[in-house]
Amino acid sequence: MALLEVENLRVELTLRGNIAPVIDDVSFSLEAGETLSFVGESGCGKSMTALAIMGLLPDKVGRIAAGSIRFDGEDLAKASDKRMREIRGNEISMIFQEPMTSLNPVYTIGEQISEVLRRHQNLGAKAAHAKAVELLDAVRIPNPAARINDYPFQMSGGQRQRVMIAIALACEPKILIADEPTTALDVTVQAQIFDLLRDLRKQTGTAIILITHDMGAVAEMAERMIVMYAGRKAEDGPVEPIIAHARHPYTKGLIACVPHLHAELTEERERLVEIGGIVPGLAEFGANRCLFASRCGLRSQKCLDQRPQEQKFEAGHASACWHAEAV
Amino acid sequence: MSDQTAQSEVALPEEPVVKARHPLAEAAEMFARNKAAVAGLIVLLIIIIAAIVGPFLYPTDPFAMVWAPFTPPAQEGYLLGTDYLGRDLVAMLIHGARVSIVIGLSAALITVFIGVTIGALAGFFRGWVEEVLMRFTEFFQVLPTLLFSMVIVALFGASLPMITLAIGLVSWPAVARITRSEFLRIRELEYVTASRASGTSNMKLIFGVILPNAAPPIIVQAALMVGTAILFEAGLSFLGLTDPNVVSWGQIIGSNRQYILDAAYTVTIPGVAIFVSVLAISLVGDGLNDALNPKLRQR
Amino acid sequence: MADDAKPFLQVENLTVRFPVKRGGMFGGKAYLYAVDDISFQLKRGQTLAIVGESGSGKTTAALACARLVPAHSGKVVLDGQDFLAASDVELRKARAKVQFIFQDPYSSLNPRLRAEKIVREPLDSLQTIPAEKRDEVVQKLFKAVGLRPEQMRLFPHQFSGGQRQRIGIARALATQPALIICDEPVSALDVAVQAQILNLLRDLQSDLGLSYLFISHDLGVVQHMCDEVAVMYMGKIVEHASRLDLFNAPQHPYTKALLSAVPSVDKERREAQKRILIPGDPPDPIDPPKGCRFANRCPIAQDICSRSEPALEVKRRGQGESGHRAACHRVDVA
Repeated sequence: MALLEVENLRVELTLRGNIAPVIDDVSFSLEAGETLSFVGESGCGKSMTALAIMGLLPDKVGRIAAGSIRFDGEDLAKASDKRMREIRGNEISMIFQEPMTSLNPVYTIGEQISEVLRRHQNLGAKAAHAKAVELLDAVRIPNPAARINDYPFQMSGGQRQRVMIAIALACEPKILIADEPTTALDVTVQAQIFDLLRDLRKQTGTAIILITHDMGAVAEMAERMIVMYAGRKAEDGPVEPIIAHARHPYTKGLIACVPHLHAELTEERERLVEIGGIVPGLAEFGANRCLFASRCGLRSQKCLDQRPQEQKFEAGHASACWHAEAV
Repeated sequence: MSDQTAQSEVALPEEPVVKARHPLAEAAEMFARNKAAVAGLIVLLIIIIAAIVGPFLYPTDPFAMVWAPFTPPAQEGYLLGTDYLGRDLVAMLIHGARVSIVIGLSAALITVFIGVTIGALAGFFRGWVEEVLMRFTEFFQVLPTLLFSMVIVALFGASLPMITLAIGLVSWPAVARITRSEFLRIRELEYVTASRASGTSNMKLIFGVILPNAAPPIIVQAALMVGTAILFEAGLSFLGLTDPNVVSWGQIIGSNRQYILDAAYTVTIPGVAIFVSVLAISLVGDGLNDALNPKLRQR
Repeated sequence: MADDAKPFLQVENLTVRFPVKRGGMFGGKAYLYAVDDISFQLKRGQTLAIVGESGSGKTTAALACARLVPAHSGKVVLDGQDFLAASDVELRKARAKVQFIFQDPYSSLNPRLRAEKIVREPLDSLQTIPAEKRDEVVQKLFKAVGLRPEQMRLFPHQFSGGQRQRIGIARALATQPALIICDEPVSALDVAVQAQILNLLRDLQSDLGLSYLFISHDLGVVQHMCDEVAVMYMGKIVEHASRLDLFNAPQHPYTKALLSAVPSVDKERREAQKRILIPGDPPDPIDPPKGCRFANRCPIAQDICSRSEPALEVKRRGQGESGHRAACHRVDVA
């Protein structure tokens, strides 16, 4: 059995009396030690999936309306708040996009790391401190024994993100959810963080869910990817075959619309492929049709009349498009 | 030239035409959704209308002795009774409302005028201009406000304009500080840089570009200032430091205070009037704050 | 045009510094040299990209070129005229020739103005054309950037991020400038929308013969947009070359590290590329090291690197007229 199995998950947001399914019938699974990437534009439900797994949906506004999130055999969708608090930061932890604001400015980083260890692992103050130094060393902060007494403002953005990773990994979680962990960082720092995540995964066997909009990052980091569009799964499968031959026009567009660096650059520069228009508003979520149709060149009447069913290809590759064969 | 991919033969339904919505129209809608604020606004409007047309509909002279002193409310045809000199409390309340409203509004205007000018210049020009202006502001801020206004009134006489000026002079620093901090924030935004890149003059930048965007918290502060000014005036007149020839709510309380045990209503009624009007203003201010705050407006 | 050969924009020894308070009352004044003695030029119809990471000074350099932050020293010569020394009247004329596209489509439009008024603002301020013609120009601009005429009356918050950036582009085009400085014009946009804006910028360039000074940290985007690239590190240009030279044969170790850090979907490139990790962080910009500023992170640094500062000099002939230049002791002149 997979480490995490999400089945037919439906998350609804209630805004001004309107209910919108921001995650609409999404299923996927995550094996231990695997890296799975969620890709898509903002507003497509990538982060919402992560929040649903963490039990951190916005209070009163968001709720899991249907489906299950099985983690190690336990359904998190039905777990109590108390149980979720035990799991969060311990068995499943998360790092966020903004390393500048996700650390508490009035505590030293040592205190913030120790605090997690003491809460979840009942370590004493001394043991927690020692472990914190070890963790800082593991995330490659130079001179960890001294830096542990630093406050967040004394560190650079990249170092803060390392501290966030140290906190997330403190209790050796089974799953680490990284929500755009490098978007706010420079590329050279991003490369360092990616390296670090890869090494840590090798050492600890932690499964990683990487949420990103950068296909390059997916290609470098993940084995499998899920492309989300308007709360639904557009495409799902192993990374290499999808990048080589995407079976959903949205995925294809996402790959082609970004100017990439190639092995050998040539004089010619092709016009970038555009995906016209923007992600539909929440009001359109949940409609029984293809939500990408309005931006799609392959649109047919069927796309406007009926929500596409998943078409299967080899090696677990699947695409929710009526014209998947033609893409 | 934009839709390269959308070449499908299947047409989409026409996009609906979006109507232009002024940011203020959206703010008004937001305000209307806040029931407490709307209630406050209604109360406030009633008080203002009463102050304006009241004296014509109810022409009793507030200084005339109309009946026996200490007639309790709703007796002998006097809705709110009479005070220790036998003056009609309804007439006094209506005339007092005029004074309160006039002082409240004009003190707030003075406050905004001085505060915005100083805050805007300090926040826009930075450097030594800011240093000088903010030291000046701090000087006014540390003055004991009640004492300072008592001195002004004692020196220059207890006329209405002087009282208004005194209140204005002691309360502008708050507005100056808010204006300055808003200017400091907004002057760094890219649309201000964009205006500079297209050669806009400094005066236009200050008053045409930054000030309209800095207005919301200033408006809220000004609205609350009206309430503060009314309370302030009440305080001064309670101490007998205002023009005795003008009726105001604070003065009614002040002049009847000796009889508070025998005829509590003479003090309670104007007290309630002050309380209700200041509360109404606070609610409106709160509503404005919510309506004009773009963070709350997002979805 | 006869002056095609002459550069339209010529930046010479530009330095921008900001005062910083240090060490309380007795610390005295220190300066942060955000842009430290950089020179480059840009011809009509061409795109020069300035790339660099945060703190490299690329945006400050761009703002200084448009006289939006004061330069400490140096020259910005625009179409033969010293822009930084221009009088008020000259400045107005010069402003019309240089316009700016900003990074953040949310803070770069005044929320109180209708879209048409935003686009019209430079025309009203700089008065390049008579008032009665301005409406017509605004209408044409809306069409040129792919917005519908009925959207002219809307307010910024009624547009999506991509549409807002189109408004920003229309505003920049209003005074028919010859040079547009694009400061990270797509980095705040969703990937799918980026392509729309980049295509639009390239179309406008070929239609109107615009020059772009293109500031970006995204090497993929830069690769797609530029003719020449200058790489900045801590206020200095460390490498300057034509597009193909820089991306196919980078010389400076920092450029190499930067290029190797970009994740790619191209399997071939991923396999060919050896990642060069540069450890640590840049040194304190207020008190930069004496020698090469990259020395403390450089994988090939030697003694000389921390002793003397390398000059930006031609290392290879390269494709560009001014050759392939890099500031590094360890790169030999070919």
